[in-house]
Amino acid sequence: MTYQFDFSALLPYWPLFLEGVWLTLKLSVLATIFGFVVGTLCAVARADGPRWLKTVVAIYVEMIRNTPLLVQIFLVYFGFASLGLKVTANTAAVAALVVNVGAYTCEIVRAGLESIHKSQLEAAECLGLTRTQTYWHVIVRPAIERVYPALTSQYVLLMLASSITSQISAEELTAVANRIQSDTFRSFETYIVTGVLYIILSFVVRLAFALFALVIFPRRRKLGTAI
Amino acid sequence: MSLTPVHIEFIATGALWTVGLSAIAFVGGSILGFALALARISPVPFVRRCASTYIQIVQGTPLLVTLFLFYFGLAVVGFDSLPAIVAAGLGLVIYSSAFLAEIWRGCLESVPKTQWEAAECLALTRWQRMVRVILPQAMRIATAPTVGFLVQIVKNTSLASVVGFVELAQAGKLVNNTIFEPFTVFIVVAAFYFVICYPLSAWSRSLERKLNAGRR
Repeated sequence: MTYQFDFSALLPYWPLFLEGVWLTLKLSVLATIFGFVVGTLCAVARADGPRWLKTVVAIYVEMIRNTPLLVQIFLVYFGFASLGLKVTANTAAVAALVVNVGAYTCEIVRAGLESIHKSQLEAAECLGLTRTQTYWHVIVRPAIERVYPALTSQYVLLMLASSITSQISAEELTAVANRIQSDTFRSFETYIVTGVLYIILSFVVRLAFALFALVIFPRRRKLGTAI
Repeated sequence: MSLTPVHIEFIATGALWTVGLSAIAFVGGSILGFALALARISPVPFVRRCASTYIQIVQGTPLLVTLFLFYFGLAVVGFDSLPAIVAAGLGLVIYSSAFLAEIWRGCLESVPKTQWEAAECLALTRWQRMVRVILPQAMRIATAPTVGFLVQIVKNTSLASVVGFVELAQAGKLVNNTIFEPFTVFIVVAAFYFVICYPLSAWSRSLERKLNAGRR
């Protein structure tokens, strides 16, 4: 191999890289929050909603899970345009990611909801909890606690998948890398740096989820075990 | 201009390439992934650590970046006139190997420990234990998630479009460039993907149900 690696050419670009990392994080956090809300609502609708709603949610989930994110991003991006709405690439990117991850979250949370034993509901009824209380304390929270590791993996994948939004020129890390490599002609080095940044990001996201779990599931801390 | 049968035919040809690329990624990824899964449960700590580092690196980088790395990396080591399918194929093989390795490791480990010990007590060699006792049981558990992952592979081949390989998504982009009706074109493209992926998803689900029924 005669290739001379030259990472120094990339040094002046570190503020750009950082900006890309920041935007990737921002996109991911927004998509995670909204995607989680959409997904959980869909899961609840699919478990306890009226029949027509169940069908609608099932169709949504199947359509999203069986088509690539890249095509979904194009559809959302151009879909907004054909509706006459002017949105920035970043907004379209978040919207597409939310639509996408909502479907996956729905499937994961549904598995959690199904894992709640019937005796728990009966116990809640015996204790005289209202419907809302039962739903929140007995069904939804324990269900999410149970599928939390699966959700974490899904959202790490989401953070990595946000790289695909560079295709509609959302200005996240991969888009920044594309720009830097066309400036410096140091493509191989640029993508190595980008890859390393993504690996660091995925560690950070995992860590953040683990810390967040300590805050929102205090019961787990008291029991000392995962349920 | 609107979508004509010629365009649909072009997109359908792209769909064939998507299937072909998925097959390459799955076969290559399976071979490499199986070796990695075995390395992950190897008795030698060094081998285990190497395999898990590889998996962590691949799973921690987006496929898009992996594809760019192969695309530009192959040129760097001197192969600068290779067709796009080589970079796309290699990138996807590496990607699928890491995920398949983790899926299969889980399946191997979910074979009860008593089965490993019993095989040892019967004085089977390590090879016999693996081939005669563990693999047949692990494979039963592995089929459903493997078919499920196949859907991921098919969907992720769409990213090969970024290195200029004309598969389904890239075919859609090219058609869109000529007729500029993005919404229609990408709905058609999405429908093609759905037709490929949905039967696989349904199959994976039914396999899972069968397996659970057997265990109940």
